[in-house]
Amino acid sequence: MLRGIFGALIRYARDNISVKLRPRVNHGALFVRKIFIMKIHEYQGKEILRQFGVPTPRGVACFSVDEAVAAAKQLGGSVWVVKAQIHAGGRGKGGGVKVAKSPEQVREYANQILGMQLVTHQTGPEGQKVRRLLIEEGAQIVKEYYIGMVVDRGTQRVALMASSEGGMDIEEVAAHTPEKIHKVWIDPVKGLTDAESDDVARKIGIPEVALAEARACLQGLYRAFVEKDAMLAEINPLVLTGDNHVRALDAKFNFDSNALYRRPEIVEYRDLDEEDPAEVEASKFDLSYISLDGDIGCLVNGAGLAMATMDIIKLYGGNPANFLDVGGGASKEKVTEAFKLMLKNPKLKAILVNIFGGIMRCDVIAEGVVAAAREVHLSVPLVVRLEGTNVELGKKILAESGLPIISGNDMADAAQKVVAAAKGK
Amino acid sequence: MSILINKDTRVITQGMTGKVGQFHTFHCRAYANGANCFVAGVNPKKAGENFEGVPVYASVLDAKKATGATVSVIYVPPSGAAAAIDEAVDADLDLVICITEGIPVHDMLKTRYRMQGKRTILIGPNCPGLITPDEIKIGIMPGHIHKKGRIGVVSRSGTLTYEAVGQLTALGMGQSSCVGIGGDPINGMKHIDVMKLFNNDPETDAVIMVGEIGGSDEEECARWIKDNMKKPVVGFIAGVTAPEGKRMGHAGAIISGGQGGANDKLAVMEECGIHITRNPAEMGRVMQKVLKG
Repeated sequence: MLRGIFGALIRYARDNISVKLRPRVNHGALFVRKIFIMKIHEYQGKEILRQFGVPTPRGVACFSVDEAVAAAKQLGGSVWVVKAQIHAGGRGKGGGVKVAKSPEQVREYANQILGMQLVTHQTGPEGQKVRRLLIEEGAQIVKEYYIGMVVDRGTQRVALMASSEGGMDIEEVAAHTPEKIHKVWIDPVKGLTDAESDDVARKIGIPEVALAEARACLQGLYRAFVEKDAMLAEINPLVLTGDNHVRALDAKFNFDSNALYRRPEIVEYRDLDEEDPAEVEASKFDLSYISLDGDIGCLVNGAGLAMATMDIIKLYGGNPANFLDVGGGASKEKVTEAFKLMLKNPKLKAILVNIFGGIMRCDVIAEGVVAAAREVHLSVPLVVRLEGTNVELGKKILAESGLPIISGNDMADAAQKVVAAAKGK
Repeated sequence: MSILINKDTRVITQGMTGKVGQFHTFHCRAYANGANCFVAGVNPKKAGENFEGVPVYASVLDAKKATGATVSVIYVPPSGAAAAIDEAVDADLDLVICITEGIPVHDMLKTRYRMQGKRTILIGPNCPGLITPDEIKIGIMPGHIHKKGRIGVVSRSGTLTYEAVGQLTALGMGQSSCVGIGGDPINGMKHIDVMKLFNNDPETDAVIMVGEIGGSDEEECARWIKDNMKKPVVGFIAGVTAPEGKRMGHAGAIISGGQGGANDKLAVMEECGIHITRNPAEMGRVMQKVLKG
């Protein structure tokens, strides 16, 4: 709580990190509590893997069709894979991954994929526009595996998961054949040992001849995970090629945003096109914001109270338009920016401000609300509930402002009033 | 009695000389017996100085030796906060409360590993701290909303804890102790650890447990309550409306066994005999009803 609002919301960490607040669109950052995670593209993930000795196919990131064709020629060979680069998974099924047998086909597929709205099970129905491609040399795949790592809150260790069922949605594997997922909880001092690595590789069916390369993949992934402050890393699929080599055919990383201050090289990978513009805007002001589907804007201090505020709006028959945690140190400027953000939503019908002042004084918030309402020429009903430090002073400032602010006596009263206001009652 | 801390607790403040540390040390000292409780600060560069009469020592160990304090509270910025916890653990304190938000997860993984086999208890990080009303407040919560009494409160959230406390106080129900365990994925005490203490505390009659989406700590606590708890528990989970989506990648969901949704948590809690409410404005009233039988 020290960093105030830090920007995070809900903790992106999804949980585990499991996050669960999932925004309407696929965002770059999901959250869980106050921990954001940062996502990167596959080609960037593979750059990281190579630094840690994990064998990957050769490939080139491209931003245009011509670049894609040139990349194919530069790579040589006779088979290339044209891969859409967006932050969501499930790209293959959505038509974002194609195998080309000639440079002409590379051109054709690049043309198809670049600029398309790629819809996957992770993007939401509107999909995500493809702006980048990865052109990669083709690989002769004999068998596909899954390896992944995550910070496990239960054991407070990094957990390695590996499965013979590569290339599939690993949640499906976990749900239907959990015995096919092997887990290793890694000792932070010893790291992932050779013995542990070989044992898990054998369990998922990697042949003896390829164990050394599998070890490079598993241990390299672990080192990348730790040394780059990842929260989640997956190689799905990890493949065995016809000549018994092991290769990472995909790479997915989520990073701990709390550690980005010491990972400038990861920050360089950030792609704002992949994030919700409202959330990007919010992050500039250290606000934790997530777009939702409803019509009642919420401005709250604290992530838990912010979620509870959404819950109570729903309970009384309304629908929250956003999650917005202004954190512990909201200034007048910050509150004003928060109002502007909420008002950009054309669906917005009412706003609920719910503040329980601890460090944050109610009079400061009240001044911010009044200034913001004046500056943005507030066009929707505004319900404000204040409680905590300097509450009387805060209420007085609201009452004397002359603005049509509806006062909520407690959380339930405020929620009922904002729901009624949103319905035009 | 209360749990973990009382008016006789003596506290070292790590990060006392920073802006945040100064602000909260001032308010903690102004609350109840605080002026007697907060006896030392730590800052290697300012040893020998003092802050409003509280002496500053070079290390936690020095502060402990000089004052006999057994508890520390940490306001050190994120990049140094895990090391501050390590220092308190190495000094063999009873209890460390880390308020700092934003500590890298990998730092906490290492710190928790180092704590294995040590006796020091950790609360937080990223938490509001804990309070035993009218005796001592260690942390950043507003003291004036609390009232001495016999209800325990344990919560992962900051302001939502205040909400629960505010409702209790408004209805005339005081609190024995209120513990904010923090919202980070890798932390110290869990709901279940605090619940055990409340169960054994003769001055606690009932407990409000506030959770939120993510992880499975609330479920584990609920199962323990079902088999062991002698006192009524009221529960709320924030995040029922948080859209169910991808958890943190797939891997997070698998490790946590697919748990973590608010409705799943509430279902388990209800099954285990916890008096749940889905309305965050009703935590106090549900407790009132439960106590009246």
